[in-house]
Amino acid sequence: MTTAVSEGTPVAAPRPRMSRPALVLLVLSVLAVISVVAFMTVGAKGSWSFVIPFRGRKLLGLILVAYSVAVSTVMFQTATNNRILTPSIMGFDQLYVLLQTSLVFFFGIGSLVSLDPTIHFTLEVVVMVGFASLLFSWLFVWQERSLHLLVLVGIVFGIMFRSLILFMQRIMDPNAFNVLQDTFFASFSRIDTQHMLFAYVITGIVTVFIIRMLPVFDVLNLGRANAINLGVNYRRSITTMLAMISVLVAISAALVGPVTFFGLLVASLAHSLVGTSRHRYVLPAAALLAIICLVGGQTILERVFEFDTALSIIIEFLGGIVFIVLVLRRMAR
Amino acid sequence: MRLLLLAIVATIVLAIVSLFVGVTDISLSGLLSSGPEDRQMQVLLISRIPRTLSLVLAGASMAIAGLVMQIVVRNRFVEPGTVGTTESALFGFLVVTLVAPGWPIMGKMLVAAAFALGGTFLFLRIIRAIPPREVLLVPLVGIMLSGIIGAVTTFFAYRFGLLPSLLAWELGDFSGVLRGRYELLWIGLACTVLAYWAADRFTVAGMGEDFTTNLGLGYNQVLTLGLVIVAVSSAVVLVSVGIIPFLGLVVPNVVSLLVGDNMRRTVPWVAVSGAGFVLACDILGRVIRAPYEIPIGVVVGVIGSFIFLYLLLRQKREAA
Repeated sequence: MTTAVSEGTPVAAPRPRMSRPALVLLVLSVLAVISVVAFMTVGAKGSWSFVIPFRGRKLLGLILVAYSVAVSTVMFQTATNNRILTPSIMGFDQLYVLLQTSLVFFFGIGSLVSLDPTIHFTLEVVVMVGFASLLFSWLFVWQERSLHLLVLVGIVFGIMFRSLILFMQRIMDPNAFNVLQDTFFASFSRIDTQHMLFAYVITGIVTVFIIRMLPVFDVLNLGRANAINLGVNYRRSITTMLAMISVLVAISAALVGPVTFFGLLVASLAHSLVGTSRHRYVLPAAALLAIICLVGGQTILERVFEFDTALSIIIEFLGGIVFIVLVLRRMAR
Repeated sequence: MRLLLLAIVATIVLAIVSLFVGVTDISLSGLLSSGPEDRQMQVLLISRIPRTLSLVLAGASMAIAGLVMQIVVRNRFVEPGTVGTTESALFGFLVVTLVAPGWPIMGKMLVAAAFALGGTFLFLRIIRAIPPREVLLVPLVGIMLSGIIGAVTTFFAYRFGLLPSLLAWELGDFSGVLRGRYELLWIGLACTVLAYWAADRFTVAGMGEDFTTNLGLGYNQVLTLGLVIVAVSSAVVLVSVGIIPFLGLVVPNVVSLLVGDNMRRTVPWVAVSGAGFVLACDILGRVIRAPYEIPIGVVVGVIGSFIFLYLLLRQKREAA
């Protein structure tokens, strides 16, 4: 990550043809490719016919998580017109885990195994969109008055969801608990690769929608009043965005479990590296940064230091610091 | 005054209920007819009485710690768990367990308390930049700081293979309390008494540094006394039973809704309600899925965050 900063900031003045955002994207792409190659090759022993599918599945999972966390965070920040809020800080990930837990709690372990994953997933996304809309209707009333209240409410919701999850897990039958336990802790080394194809298809569909809506995102960045003035159907765009965000959050939470600060970390970095708020640059930059962080970080930790699940801990640590700095700096203004 | 008596009576009733709830049936007649060596009497003496006592002590001292914190920091939404004190104590406990596993529990507790004090000072240092009117920013930064310290703790625990122990320490649970394993909590009672004795000083210190100095009190001494009380209470409760989330936040706030803010008056209220709240939650955790138990950290986590949300949203409506 630090290399990205040092190579990205001195914008290549001698070559005026390449704009700064494009240059940043180029550098990030190169770094992302390097991390991917390193992830696939470093420390590989034994036959390639085993290594490539084995690591490849993990890699596909990591990339999908990186992409969905980064994109959903940037979109959420655009929708709320705010650089501090992220879906996971507002308790979205925990909500997803809570939904999973309640499903098993009320309908038994069979519901998780037997129910068609498509229906299952759709149901969960619908509930999450409902919750998101609820939070959002508060947002407009309160954001003007107190952003801090909103964040605090989101965090406390997150804690409440987590306590409810623990509570249900304590009451439910131990077999069901075992099945669920894996979804509860964030871990990048034990990615659930079962429904990968399904997740990729869904993400692809969402991405098509995102590309079509890119100009709308840019207008939304100007604020609600301006966006409406410029002819954006505000309510409909926001609702669409929330639906897409919920889908992406559900995907990442299903694959690795809740990670609170990862999105904030990459979105803030992307904004400050790219130097523009146009989404066609910010979104890919955030996604690439996320891939570098996850894939590169996992490579370094797993192969060089032989720490296994520590990446999520380090991300929480750095993300927490970024959050405090952002909040204090915002206030100093 | 009469209301306070009522609250005390209610808490005593809860304490008596707590003595008789559990896997082994204990009845009054059974106790009266049995000798000191019988099973019922033994369960009562070794498990139930220590458990009930520790519930009362931990509840009262954590609630008081929250109250002291709120007055000293001049913010309603702080408590040891939302400013990094508890997480720092946990970090200290982990460090001392790694470095000197053979130390007596008292020594470990003192190290945890020292870390807790350090963490709290760090928090105060950070929030010095925040103007007092930013009421909600203070707990927000505090929760984040707790998260950061927690991440460091988790990292070391993970590195040295202590992650399962860490999870066990974190989750407040009274089911392991037996005679001989809870006595440290009496230190919490000492802290509560100390807080009562110094109540007026804290109220004055809450008015600000200049005001305190004008009245001839050493602001820093009062502040330090308050923080030591908070740190020691948090460390004692953490080491004996684990984290009881939001207790120090919820109880003083609800009390202040009922009886106002004069600390000399509220200290007994907060202590009694804290004990009562913890007793009720623990009994609930024992009854819901008998004969299994739900740890109190989970029960209070659910109820406490509900009340915290209510307090946050209520405060907004009033301000609007």
